Amino acid sequence: MTNPLVCVKRVVDSSSEVVLTEDGQGVDGRFAGFTMSAHEECAVELAVQVAAADGGSATVVTLGDADAVEQLRAALAVGCAAATHVVAESATFGPADVARELAAVVRDHEAAGTPHELVLLGNDAADSGDFQVGIRLAYELGWPVVNGVSSVSVSDGEVTASGSGPDGHETFRLPLPAVVTILEGGVAPRYPTVPGRMKAKKVPIEERQTTGSPVGPSRVRLVLPPPSSSNVEVLGQGAAAAPAVVDLFERLGVLSR
Amino acid sequence: MAEVPATADVVVIGAGIVGNSLVHHLTRLGWKNVVQIDKGALPNPGGSTGHASNFIFTVDHSREITDLTLDSVAQYQEMGVFTQSGGFEIARTEERMEELRRRMSSARAWGIEAELVSPSFVKEKVPFIEEDQFIGAFWTPGVGVVDSLRAGTIMRERALATGELTVVPTVEVTGLDTEDGPHGTRRITRVRTTGGDIEAGTVVIAAGVWSPKLGDMAGIGIPLTPAVHQMISVGPCPQLAETDGEISFPIVRDMDTFCYERQHGADMEVGSYAHRAILHEPEDIPSIDQAKLSPTEMPFTEDDFDPQLEQAYELMPELLGAEGAEMRYAINGLLSLTCDGNPILGESEVAGLWTASAVWIKEGPGVGRAVAEWMTHGHSEIDVHHSDIARFHTHQKRREHTRLRTTESFIKTYGIIHPSEQYESDRDQRLSPMHGSQQKLGAVFFETAGWERPFWYESNASLLEHYGDAVMPREHEWDARWWSPIINAEHLRMREAAAVIDLSAFCIFDIEGPEALDVVQGTCVAQCDVAVGKVIYTPVLDAKGGFRSDLTVMRLGDDHFRVVTGGAHGMADRAWFAGHLPESGSTTLTDRTDDTSTIGIWGPRARDILSSLTADDVSDAGFGFLSCREITVASSTGGELTVLASRISYVGELGWELYVPMSQAADLWEALLDAGAPHGAVPAGIGVYGTTGRLEKGYRAYGAELDGERSIVEAGMQRPKVKAADFVGKEAYLAQRDAAPQAVLCTLTVDDHTSASGTKRYMLGGEPILTRDGGTLTDGHGHHPYVTSAGSAPSLGTHVLLAYLPPDQATIGNELAVSYMEELYPVTVGSVDATPLLDPMNERIR
Amino acid sequence: MILVLVEVSPEGEAVETSREAVTFARDLSAAGGGVPVDAVVVGAPGEALVGVLASYGVRRVHALTGAAYDSFSGAAWAAGLIEVRERAGSVVVTAAGTPRGNEVLAHVAARTGLPMAANAISFAGLSPFTVTRQVVSGAALEEMRLSERPALFTIAGHAVQAAPADVPGAGEVVLETPDVADADLVARVVSSEEPEPDLSGTLKSARVVVGAGRGAGSADGFGDLLELADLLDAPLGVSRVVTSLGWRPHHEQVGQTGSRISPDLYIPCGISGAIQHWAGCSTAKTILAINSDPDAPMVTKATHAVIGDLHEIVPAINAEIRRRRG
Repeated sequence: MTNPLVCVKRVVDSSSEVVLTEDGQGVDGRFAGFTMSAHEECAVELAVQVAAADGGSATVVTLGDADAVEQLRAALAVGCAAATHVVAESATFGPADVARELAAVVRDHEAAGTPHELVLLGNDAADSGDFQVGIRLAYELGWPVVNGVSSVSVSDGEVTASGSGPDGHETFRLPLPAVVTILEGGVAPRYPTVPGRMKAKKVPIEERQTTGSPVGPSRVRLVLPPPSSSNVEVLGQGAAAAPAVVDLFERLGVLSR
Repeated sequence: MAEVPATADVVVIGAGIVGNSLVHHLTRLGWKNVVQIDKGALPNPGGSTGHASNFIFTVDHSREITDLTLDSVAQYQEMGVFTQSGGFEIARTEERMEELRRRMSSARAWGIEAELVSPSFVKEKVPFIEEDQFIGAFWTPGVGVVDSLRAGTIMRERALATGELTVVPTVEVTGLDTEDGPHGTRRITRVRTTGGDIEAGTVVIAAGVWSPKLGDMAGIGIPLTPAVHQMISVGPCPQLAETDGEISFPIVRDMDTFCYERQHGADMEVGSYAHRAILHEPEDIPSIDQAKLSPTEMPFTEDDFDPQLEQAYELMPELLGAEGAEMRYAINGLLSLTCDGNPILGESEVAGLWTASAVWIKEGPGVGRAVAEWMTHGHSEIDVHHSDIARFHTHQKRREHTRLRTTESFIKTYGIIHPSEQYESDRDQRLSPMHGSQQKLGAVFFETAGWERPFWYESNASLLEHYGDAVMPREHEWDARWWSPIINAEHLRMREAAAVIDLSAFCIFDIEGPEALDVVQGTCVAQCDVAVGKVIYTPVLDAKGGFRSDLTVMRLGDDHFRVVTGGAHGMADRAWFAGHLPESGSTTLTDRTDDTSTIGIWGPRARDILSSLTADDVSDAGFGFLSCREITVASSTGGELTVLASRISYVGELGWELYVPMSQAADLWEALLDAGAPHGAVPAGIGVYGTTGRLEKGYRAYGAELDGERSIVEAGMQRPKVKAADFVGKEAYLAQRDAAPQAVLCTLTVDDHTSASGTKRYMLGGEPILTRDGGTLTDGHGHHPYVTSAGSAPSLGTHVLLAYLPPDQATIGNELAVSYMEELYPVTVGSVDATPLLDPMNERIR
Repeated sequence: MILVLVEVSPEGEAVETSREAVTFARDLSAAGGGVPVDAVVVGAPGEALVGVLASYGVRRVHALTGAAYDSFSGAAWAAGLIEVRERAGSVVVTAAGTPRGNEVLAHVAARTGLPMAANAISFAGLSPFTVTRQVVSGAALEEMRLSERPALFTIAGHAVQAAPADVPGAGEVVLETPDVADADLVARVVSSEEPEPDLSGTLKSARVVVGAGRGAGSADGFGDLLELADLLDAPLGVSRVVTSLGWRPHHEQVGQTGSRISPDLYIPCGISGAIQHWAGCSTAKTILAINSDPDAPMVTKATHAVIGDLHEIVPAINAEIRRRRG
C-alpha cells in the first residue's frame, strides 16, 4: 500500500499575457485566475494512480495563503483523499524554506502514523521557476530523488520512474522512500467530476502553521521583458488569402502527393 | 494595424449581438456610410455575446421585455439560427408554484403558449430529472436556443451587402469628442480610435460591459455594471451524447435554486444566479491579451458555485454523475446589470450619441430593430420607454447606486418579485422637507425616482375601526404585501373630509422665452394658447401618435409655461421638451424640481381648510377649476407664505396643488395639517393619490394605461375638437380619430373575489381578461387584454380593473372574467370610455 | 575562478547551451576582472571537445571519471562538481539551464545550503551579485540577489549567443575521480533506450504541424483543421487552453510544458501565442499564423500571416489545395 504525498502550488494561470502586481513582487492573477502548474496536475494524477494501484491513498499538500485551499480542493476533486495546508504567504518563502516546511509535513505525518513512502512534486513551479524544491526536500529528508520524469509506478517497495533525457528514454529504479519530481507529458490528468468535486468539498483539510520564519526568495523584483519586433508578411485577409497560402506551401515544398 | 474611415454618417461601437443587429437594421432603414468598430476580432470579439448560454425563455412579467424577446425570436428564426427545445421552469415550493401561476397570467396576457404541468410530465421529456425534487413546472414549448454569433455574422453580412457598411475590427476607441451647442447642450463630433479618427454626427455605444467606460469618454453616464454569472459545462454525458445536434432535451430552470440546466451537445451546461453578486468595474475587465479565454470569461471562483453544484446534482444525479462526465469548462461570465433590470437605450444628453447597452441575447435583435427605428423615425414600433437612457435621475447615474441595487437584485434574477416590491439599498436619496414630520406620523415610504414618498401613514390606523369592512381588507398575504387597508381608510376620509398629500416627487420645469408658447403648442395635444393663469392637462405624443407622456402645463406668463409631470418619467419628459427647444437658444428650459415642493389638498372640506389659511378668494367663482395663481397662506409659525395654487385634481375631489419653495414646504405642510384637523382632514399617501383615487375616477396613468403603443382614441381621451396649431403626432392623431379603434380602454369591476379555497383574492395588475368561461379575447392589434391597473375603489366598495378590450367586448354590463393565479373571477365592464364610475358628472370637483 | 558544468552530447560534443554558458561565464569573468573560467565535464573528454572548450577560453577542463559516472545521477554529478570547486575555489558555479543543468545545480545548492538561481539571462550587478532570470516560463523576469559564494545559477538557453573567445584558454585537462557515496548513486539511470514512438512523437519530428488554439471555438470546431492536417500529412498541435478545456487530448499539446516542435512549417490557427505556447514552437523555420487579431503575439512573431476567421480561411485553403491537386 503506497500513500504518496503530492505537493502543489497555487500559481497564476500563465496561458495569457502576464500582468505583474503593483509592487513587482508577484504575478497578478485577477484576470487570468489561479491554477496549479501542468507538471503538478500530472504529479497529482500519478499520485492518485500509484495510490489506487495498491489500495493506498494520496495526500495533497500546499504552502500558501487561505486561497490556496482552492488548489487543494482541485486535487481532492480528482482523487486525492486527504489534504494538508501549510498556511503561509508563499511569496515570502524561498525554495529552501518551502522544502523545509514540506519535510516537516512528511516527518509529522510519519510520526502520526500516516507515513508517505513517496513524495511527488512538479519539476518546477509555473511562476517562480526555481527548479529545486523537490531536490532540497530530498536532502532535508535524507531520501534519494529522481528529477524530471513523466511516469512513475511502485511495486515491491521500489519505485520505477522514467522520462526522456539527453540519452533517450531514461529509467530510474530505486527503493522507497523517495522523492520524484514530475514533468508533464507522461500521463493525462483527469478533470474533476461533479461527484468528485462535491466529495472534495467535504474533506477536512489539515491546517498547520510554518515551523520557522523564512529566509525568503532573494527576489529584488519582477519585470516584464521588452516586446519583440515583428517582421511578419501578411498574405491577406480572410478566405481570399487561400491561393497565396497554397503558393507558400508550394514554395516550401510541403504540398507533395 | 487596422485603419478606420475618416468620416461616417453613423458609427456603431461594438460587434456583439446588439451592434450587429443595429448595423443590419440601420442599413435596412436607409442609413448610409455606416461604420462598425470593435476592439476585438470577429466573429467573437470577446464580449458577453461570445460566452452567452444563448437560450431564450419568452415569458417575462414585463410587456416591453416580452415584446422585444418575441421580436428577437422571430428574427432569429428568420435567420435560421433558432432551435426550439421547449423549456421548464420548475418549482420546489408552493410559493414558487404560486409564482408560476402568476407567470401563467403573463403568458396568457402576452399570448404565449404555456402550461402548468406535473413532475411526471417533465420526467417524460427530461428522463434524467429526479421527479421527487420538485412539485410542478411551467412549460413553455416555444423556448429555444440560438446561435448568437452566427446571427451576428448574418446580420453584419446583410448590412455589408447593402454597400453602406464598413466593419473595422481590432480598433479600440480612445476618445469621443463633443462640441458645445446652445444653452449648455453638447453634440458628438468624432470618435477617436487606435486606428485613426472618424468624424461622425451620430454614434451608438453598443459595447456591452464596456459601455460605461465609453460613456465616460463623452461625459455621459451609462449606469450599468459588469456582473458575474457563473456557468460550468459537464460532459460528455452518455445520455446526451446519443442525441443529435446541439439540443434535444428541454431546458430546465430550477427556479428555487436559481440555476439552469441546458444541454449543449454531449455536455450539460449548469448556470447559476444563486451566488453572491460579484461585480466588476468596467475598467477592471482584462484586455484580450490578458484574458485566458476572453475578457468576459473571468476566472471561475469554485467556492461560489459549490452549493449550486450540489443542488443541480440532486436534480440530475444520473446525468451529472455519469461515468466520464467531467467539468472541463467553468467561467465567471460577465454580463451587464442595471439598477432596475432594464436595458439602457436611446439618445443621451449629448446630441447624436446613442446607446444600446445592458441587453441580453434574448432581446438583442429586437433592441437593434427598436433603436434603429428610433434613430430613424424618432420612435419605435415597440414601446421601450422603460429602457430609455433618459429615465435616470442624477442619483441613479452614480456607480454606487448601480452597484448597490444590482447587488440587491442579482439574487432576484430568478426570484419571486412582488409587483410593488421595494429596494432596500441606497434609499433616502431624495427627502421632501416634510420627511421628518412624516416619519413621526408613521409613514411607510415607497421610492419613486429616488424620492421617499409616504404610501400610507400608520398614524391613520385608528380610522380602520371607524370604517370597518369598507376598507376592504385583504386576506391573502400576497395580495396584502406592500399594501395596507389604511390606504383605503385614508381614501374614505379624503372623500368624506379632506386629505393632505405630499407630491414633492413631481418633476417641474419651466419653459421661458419668446418661443415658449410655440414649444408647448408643438409638443402638447391640448390647446396651450390660453389665458395666463390657466392650467392645461394634456397628452404628449410621438410622431406616430403614441403616448410620450401625459402631464399638466400652467401658463404663468405670456412667455412662461410650467410643466408638471410625474417623478418616475420626469427625466424623459424633460429631455423630450428640451429636444424641442429652438436652436437659437432664446427660449430655455429650467428644472425647478429641486427648489419647488408640491402639496395637494383635496376633499369636500378642502376649500374650508384653505380659506381658513388665506384671505384670498378661493371660492369657485373666484378660483375656478383649471386655473392657477399665487395666494398668500398663513404659515404654521405665524408668518405668511406665497404659494402658487393650482386648482386641479387627480383624485376626483375639490382641491388644489400648492407649489412652494422647498424651504417653506414643511411650514405649509404643518399649516395644512393643523388647519385641516378640525375639519377631519388627515395626511394621505400615494396609495390614495396613485391608485384608489384615480381608479374610481378612471384617470389614466402613463406607463400603465398609456405608452407609445396606445393612442388617445383607444384610451378614450379624445376631445371633440383638435386644435389648429401643429403638434408632434397631430397627423397620426387625426388619422386615429377617423379610424375605428382596435381596442378600447375600459373600467371593469370584480363581481366575486372568492377563490376555490374560499379565500378572497385581489388582483394587482397584469392579469389576463378572458371570457366568462375562460376563452381568449383578441383585440384588433392581435393583442390579448390584460389588467393595466388594479386597485380598490373603497367609495364604490369594489375592486376596479382597467384593461384595453376588443371593441366588440367594450359594452357596459358585458360579463367577462379575470384570471388570477390560474383561477377565474367574474368581472363586469363598468365604463367604456373615460367616464368615471364615481361621480360621473364630476360634481365633487367643483 | 568560474566553474561551468558542460554537458556533452552522445557524439562527444559540448552542447550548444553549454557553450552559451561558457560564453556567459566569460563575459562575467571579464566584468569581474578576468578570473579564469574552468569547465567540468562528465567522462574523459575527446580532443575535439577540449579544443572547442579551449577556443571558448576555458582554462582547465575537469573531467569526472570513474564508475560513479557511468550513468547519470544528479547527486553524483553534484558531488563531483563540489569536489572540484572546493579544490579550485571558484566564486561561481554555473551550468546551462537545461533539465540536467538545473538538476545538478539544485543538488549542489541543496548540499551546500546555498541559494540557486535558475535560468539567468544576464547579470545586473556584481556587488551585490544580482542576476536577471526567467520566471513564468520566460513571460517575466526576476532580478535575484546571490550574495553568498559560490554563486550558483544556471543560464537560460539562448540568453547569449555561443561564441569562441578572442584569446583561447589553455584547455588543460584534469582527470578527477571523486569519491561518491553509495547514497548518491541510489537514484541513477538504470536503463536508457531509444524513445518509443509515443503519441506525441509524430508531433516532435513532423515537417509540418497544423496548430489550433482557442479560436477553434469549441470541441466541434476542429473539423476543417483536421482536414488541413490530413491534406498536408501533418499532425495537429494545440495550445494549452485547448487541452485544459478538454477539446483535444493532452498529447497534442505544443508548448513549454507540452511537446516542443521544430518543423519546417508551423501553421498556428486561432492561437494567440502566449509565451507558454511560443516556447514550444519558436524553433519552427517558417510560421504561418492564421488569426483574426492582427496584433496577436503569434501574428507579430510569425514569418507569414493571414488575418481573419480560421473557420472561413481554413476551408478555403483546403478547397484550394484540392483544386490544385485536381
